Amino acid sequence: MFTLKTFTRKGALCLMLSTAMLTFSCSDNVEIPANEELDKLQLTVVEDYAKLVHANYDNALQDALALQTAINTFVMDPTQAHLDAAKTAWLASRESYGPSEAFRFYAGPIDDDNGPEGNLNAWPLDEAYIDYVVEGETVYANGIVNMPEEYPTITAQLLTDLNEDGGEENVSLGYHALEFLLWGQDLTAPEEKLAGQRPLTDFTTDQFASRRLDYLKVTTEILIADLQGLVADWSPTSGGNYYASFVSELPATSLKNIFTGIGILAKAELAGERIFTAYDNKNQEDEHSCFSDNTHRDIILNAEGLSNVFYGKYKGTDGKEISGKGIYDLLKITDPALAEQVSTQVTTALEKVNAMPVPFDFAISDEASRPKVLEAVVELQQLGDEFAAAASALDITINTALPE
Amino acid sequence: MTTSKRFLWVLACVFMFSCNHLSEVQFQAEEGEELSAGQGTIFDTSENAFSLQIPTLSNEEGLLFFVGNSLFNQNWVTAPASTTARDGLGPLFNARSCSGCHFKDGRGRAPEFHGELNAGHLIRLSIPDPFNPSRTLPDPHYGGQLQDQAINGFGVPVEGGYEVDYLMMEGKFADGSSYELRKPMISFVNLKYGPMDAKVMTSPRVAPQMVGLGFLEAIPEADLLALADPEDRDNDGISGRPNYILQQDGQKAIGRFGWKANQQDLEHQVAGAFLGDMGITSDLKPSQNWPFGIDTENIPNGGEPEIDADDLQKVVLYSATLAVPARRNWQDPEVLKGKQIFMDAGCAGCHIPKFKTGTHPTIDGLSHQVIRPFTDLLLHDMGEGLADGRPDHEANGQEWRTPPLWGIGLFAAVNDHTFYLHDGRARNLSEAILWHGGEAEESKNQFVAMSSDDRQSLLQFLNSL
Repeated sequence: MFTLKTFTRKGALCLMLSTAMLTFSCSDNVEIPANEELDKLQLTVVEDYAKLVHANYDNALQDALALQTAINTFVMDPTQAHLDAAKTAWLASRESYGPSEAFRFYAGPIDDDNGPEGNLNAWPLDEAYIDYVVEGETVYANGIVNMPEEYPTITAQLLTDLNEDGGEENVSLGYHALEFLLWGQDLTAPEEKLAGQRPLTDFTTDQFASRRLDYLKVTTEILIADLQGLVADWSPTSGGNYYASFVSELPATSLKNIFTGIGILAKAELAGERIFTAYDNKNQEDEHSCFSDNTHRDIILNAEGLSNVFYGKYKGTDGKEISGKGIYDLLKITDPALAEQVSTQVTTALEKVNAMPVPFDFAISDEASRPKVLEAVVELQQLGDEFAAAASALDITINTALPE
Repeated sequence: MTTSKRFLWVLACVFMFSCNHLSEVQFQAEEGEELSAGQGTIFDTSENAFSLQIPTLSNEEGLLFFVGNSLFNQNWVTAPASTTARDGLGPLFNARSCSGCHFKDGRGRAPEFHGELNAGHLIRLSIPDPFNPSRTLPDPHYGGQLQDQAINGFGVPVEGGYEVDYLMMEGKFADGSSYELRKPMISFVNLKYGPMDAKVMTSPRVAPQMVGLGFLEAIPEADLLALADPEDRDNDGISGRPNYILQQDGQKAIGRFGWKANQQDLEHQVAGAFLGDMGITSDLKPSQNWPFGIDTENIPNGGEPEIDADDLQKVVLYSATLAVPARRNWQDPEVLKGKQIFMDAGCAGCHIPKFKTGTHPTIDGLSHQVIRPFTDLLLHDMGEGLADGRPDHEANGQEWRTPPLWGIGLFAAVNDHTFYLHDGRARNLSEAILWHGGEAEESKNQFVAMSSDDRQSLLQFLNSL
């Protein structure tokens, strides 16, 4: 670059002249009149998205609070009925968290440098890191639960410090840690279609029973705190938060984030990481909710999250509805044919994930079911590609690759 | 203004611009300079910067990448286990997963305290071959590297541990400011299989970042050989030479991977790491590292081989297709000045800035890309300070392969540290440069003689890689 010192007045004039020439040559092109309707709609889509995100996280928080109530009841009075109620509450809490995964992958509040994603939903986990596991005839008891001498008291600080310490699978926190504690390993054959069968005695007469109960309680507290943080980050009313900056950015910037989230979830995370990897390895260890056999719901809920963002519509488990404008409405202006094409693909992908046999570990191991799993993979990949094409139609470039 | 005057004006303009252009040319960014690996470049500076697939994979390769990733990330377990896809760990091992050492596909470091596992650091071992002075053998009791972990419950002791102490050394830049270097001293503790051989040679190593490896594999061999100058015929003090690996068919292959370029391709590198670091056999490396003097009859194994050929190939594909992050601040005047200093100081004599890849045998997305890895993949004598004294194939005890520099500015973002060099002894880039000796002595001396401003510019440039 030039430094100012080297300019003479003549030089400056030269620069001005040449700048003028450049400007003239640029404006040879016919100027496209600003499309006010499109500009306004972009702002609306961004704002409606942000409200949808908030409503979804708030829904997840409410369901997690219900889970906390059920877990606290179980901790105080560990009966089979209360254990079953806690499991039911856990499954319910996944219904509202699942769609929110469409808000990941652009370093927003959920997964920026300090984001709680790794605390909330990290998987696969090495369950032996948390509690005993059985392999064949052998019981290994080297988990955090089983080491009172090294970890005398199970506290939020301890579990947070240990989360992903020394390896990406050393997961001590989140939904799946709770899931493992509630259900235990799924040791039955997939065709039995049974989830994990942790006995109630693990919470009553076993030597580590009270530590397991502490673990449940503390992990749930951290889960709640993390969800509360997300709700606050996206609150439309509190100001000065992520919501405020998201809706005041250039729409192109926020739209890129919106597209990145759904593009990566569809093509990479869901099609590749969550479904195809398990399909290819034929391995329960690769399924998302392997202890509770709830993976099929995770997949369907993630896909519904994609649909929510695409159309700008949300219906919570609490019945609350958001009916805003989405990407679909933008595309209808810029490229109506593409709008319908992507819309059809959303429908196809949803059909295919719903058509996968249940439970997922059966679907990936049963030869007659496997083709249906692969169909879902193909349609989700296609959907990811079409999201990228839709972004391009709005002059936005996204990369649908997933950070591993 | 008359026509002739106007003409003169225009002439003056043209003259001035070209003049300025000439004087500025050395501090200008090259077209596409930010693209470290052509179309295999990604734009991410987060902790995931080393973990993205190259954007040019086919849909099918993209899916296999995820499977490779799962095999890379997830812990392997002791056989027999319900997870038959991933059993066969050990009996001796350094880590339970690839990502245990290459955390976030990034860079390991030396343990910070005795007994810290999985920091991404290990100790290679060998002894001289008494019958062939140009060869080495594994230590008779401890093999080719010390494994500091073992499977539970089968009477297999851990081989032992080690401590890293540092000898602190002080020095001064020409401008009078001082620096401190630390030299690691390894001592073994709790050796459970008897003493090591009296002539044992040791070499600590950290796990390198995984980005761009497939592109390095795709650099045409002829281009590397053209850079070799073993007799230093051009008298520039730099005499790089390739390492050669004797293959089973008797042919020699040029080494590209490993700190001493002792692996010819990623398949061998990956299979070697599976066996050496995790105790997992493959078709390429079928012989288990059995613990010395232990009855192996009852030690379980996870099949023969423990990772099947298909899965190994998926990890190879994964390892080959991790994208390279784009440069940051490549147009910043100070970074551009630093680049010029890098060139002027002769650093680019070994850290070759640019190649064009040839045709990769299996992955189209790696082929015919202009890449900027800053390595020649050749061996160079780096002087006594860095020497491990341990030959490796044709590399002698003072030689190291020029490591690629792409991504070195992102260790802090990905791995929360800034430790450099083969054993992580350098605590920052300045120390890493100061350890250069041998063929790089002259460049190092220039660094020491530089003004503080120039040193900063150089470091800024390196941090932009």
